[in-house]
Amino acid sequence: MADNAQTPAAALSNKSVPTRPWMRRLKRFIGTRELPLLALILLVVVIMANRNPNFLTIANFRAMAVGFTPTAVIAVGMVILLVSGGFDLSVGAVLALSGTLVARFVLDGMEQVIAVPAVLVIGACIGFVNGFLVTKVNINPLVATLGTLSIARGIAQVMTEGISISGLPASFGRVGGEQLANIPYMVLIMLVIVVIGDLALRHTRFLRQAYYVGSNENAARLSGIAVDRFRILAYMLTAALAALAGVLLASRLMAGTPTAAQGLELQVLAGAVIGGASLTGGEGTVLGAFLGIVFIGIISNVMTMEAVSIFWQQAVTGAILIAAVAFDMLVRRRRV
Amino acid sequence: MTAPLLEVIGVCKSFPGTQALRDVSFELLPGEVHALMGENGAGKSTLMHIISGVYLPDAGEIRIEGRPVMLRGPRQAQDMGVGMVFQELSLAPGLSIAENVFPNRAPTRLGGAIAWGELYRRTRDLLSPFEINIAPQTLVRDLSVTARQIVEIVKALSLNARILLLDEPTSALPPNEVERLFDVIRRLKARGIGIVYISHRIPEVMNIADRVTVLRDGQKVATHDIAAVTPDRIIEEMVGRKITDLYPERAAEIGAELLRVEGLGRENVFSDISFSLRRGEIVGIAGLMGARRSDLLRALVGAGRIDTGRIFIEGKPARITSPEQAFGLGMAYLPEERKTDGLFLKMPLRQNVSVTSLRDFARMGLMSARKEAAVTRTFVNRLRIRTPDVEQIVGRLSGGNQQKVMFSKWLVRQSKILIIDEPTKGVDVGAKVEIHTLLRELTRQGAGVLFVSSEFPEIIGLADRILIMYEGRIVGEIPGEQATEQSLMLLSSGYRVENQTAGV
Repeated sequence: MADNAQTPAAALSNKSVPTRPWMRRLKRFIGTRELPLLALILLVVVIMANRNPNFLTIANFRAMAVGFTPTAVIAVGMVILLVSGGFDLSVGAVLALSGTLVARFVLDGMEQVIAVPAVLVIGACIGFVNGFLVTKVNINPLVATLGTLSIARGIAQVMTEGISISGLPASFGRVGGEQLANIPYMVLIMLVIVVIGDLALRHTRFLRQAYYVGSNENAARLSGIAVDRFRILAYMLTAALAALAGVLLASRLMAGTPTAAQGLELQVLAGAVIGGASLTGGEGTVLGAFLGIVFIGIISNVMTMEAVSIFWQQAVTGAILIAAVAFDMLVRRRRV
Repeated sequence: MTAPLLEVIGVCKSFPGTQALRDVSFELLPGEVHALMGENGAGKSTLMHIISGVYLPDAGEIRIEGRPVMLRGPRQAQDMGVGMVFQELSLAPGLSIAENVFPNRAPTRLGGAIAWGELYRRTRDLLSPFEINIAPQTLVRDLSVTARQIVEIVKALSLNARILLLDEPTSALPPNEVERLFDVIRRLKARGIGIVYISHRIPEVMNIADRVTVLRDGQKVATHDIAAVTPDRIIEEMVGRKITDLYPERAAEIGAELLRVEGLGRENVFSDISFSLRRGEIVGIAGLMGARRSDLLRALVGAGRIDTGRIFIEGKPARITSPEQAFGLGMAYLPEERKTDGLFLKMPLRQNVSVTSLRDFARMGLMSARKEAAVTRTFVNRLRIRTPDVEQIVGRLSGGNQQKVMFSKWLVRQSKILIIDEPTKGVDVGAKVEIHTLLRELTRQGAGVLFVSSEFPEIIGLADRILIMYEGRIVGEIPGEQATEQSLMLLSSGYRVENQTAGV
């Protein structure tokens, strides 16, 4: 019956599509989430530039970028995970654990070129555990990653007895503290990861699978895609990026902090969703998620400048998240 | 003569594109089991849905115990004494029997707390006439399918149902449990409850029903007393439609063996399945609901478990444990439910086509959108897919065009063994003919096709060889040109099989 009911409507919508290919392409481009988000960001920047002379300065933008670097790095993995229908709450805890681990390793005399990759591998292993629990044991991703969140955070606390590890050699702080042509190294690293991540999710064969798996898991499996293997690798990638974010943050703070990045997972998710990713899978881009995080970053920067209490900032982030998703639902409902 | 419980008088119902019911009348007496039979799409489900208040009829009248009623929704039908037991059981598996029987209606104490003792006592009272000794506290997930079915019936009875609609109640039951359900039905009859019984299985209907009404193409053909009718007569009335579709010529040349299956079995699902498929050949599997045809196909491509038996591909033994593996061996699989199992509805046409062969569309790990578009365009032209362009979201295409996209995605791979569940489900007549012609063309190029269809005319028109399945076993094989709808219906409904076993 559904087929019968749909046929006339489908025939109609086929006809109503503009005939020229470039017009269709333009329509599709405007229909994406990135463009309006970018416009919104520019609008805020223009307004603020006129209101506060301290806003549009290199120093302010640098501080902002350094601030959201860990979030943006993790968002690259998270958006791939979201597109494939996955979800990871443990990223903040993995970040904290990796930061303390790398600090411990370096302090114990391990070469940094070995310590950093070692921590990334440990991160990937936590991701493997997440992926394994979700695919092979069939635990809901929310529950599985909530579990690993507690475990990772717990281990970080036990290792440090709750106190930050400091006293690191100056060379360890180079990536987090120094800059190239006024741009901090860690921001450069973040930008490279975002650009590569965006292109890879759009164009690589491997990551194309994320869209298939997230759009229709059954169909993906019955089309010959190794769904479980892909999911596990996506969790590993996300956790490895969280570990990298942990290393960058430790380098910037010159310390391994077990309590770092509390609640960061929610910021990453909010950014990705504002940027067009869907929790039901199949939708989202790295660029969108990045812009979502930039937007949240700018808004909290604005609030700080306007002397809004820091406690309000979290509430505002939540309101923006709901507004973005509600707007999307309304637009989509009209389209269908 | 007793007054009828339920009268359906001259009911019509149409949906966009189809007239589902045309001037259908039907009557149910107290204590009667009235079977409703017909091929898929004959209008049985629509009639059930009208009686249970899901659809409003476009014209005609429904009377319950002589009073004309308008049933605006299942809730209202329930209040009027109509109970419905669906094919897909609608119980909550994590709750107890008692909670399922009284959802939202549990007896409460002051303040709204559930009076558990009272709840269990009432449930036990309802269960006791059926001689099932199961505690009302038992969780539904721990029950057998038969017991669940009985709980479902008890649930309807607890609402004081006097009219009970049973839709294929035995399709999910193991054969030896059917008699237990019939026992329950006989007890209900004795209490004066009227039962509308939908089934495809002729032996069952002959056994349990008092009368039978046959529907065909949305119209009533006849109502008979069971005592005064033969199975052959019922079948004739069910299928007595002219074959209007045109089918392509049969295979000219059958080549070497592509696929051979020996003694394939899966516990409680199918057993002892042996057959072969050759180059250039189309083999159809006929059978009714519950014959386990789809389960067999899924198992062949590694999407379902196999417990026993062997599979050979081009003579070489193959161990298939996942779909990827099966596809790597040259198989292709088009599932029955294209929306849930086949297509990526939100994704563009070209990405739906390339999914089975991503490697072929990538260079150094990067997908080539241009190549995807070019290849997809050749299929759009070849299969005459009606779409504005290859970027079109597949969910916006019509059913027939979506089905052609499913074919395209496997044609890209040039698979040798095509395994197809319902090749033309929900497809209009024009696209149907095109798909049939395409299948023939593919076999002419050396592929083999194994397909399942619920439409006998399609199987007879298309297949070179027909296998008939009944309750998980292959019960017959007929060359395509010798098959008739009557012979397929007889074998599919287990009639001959059960007669033979009875004769032994």
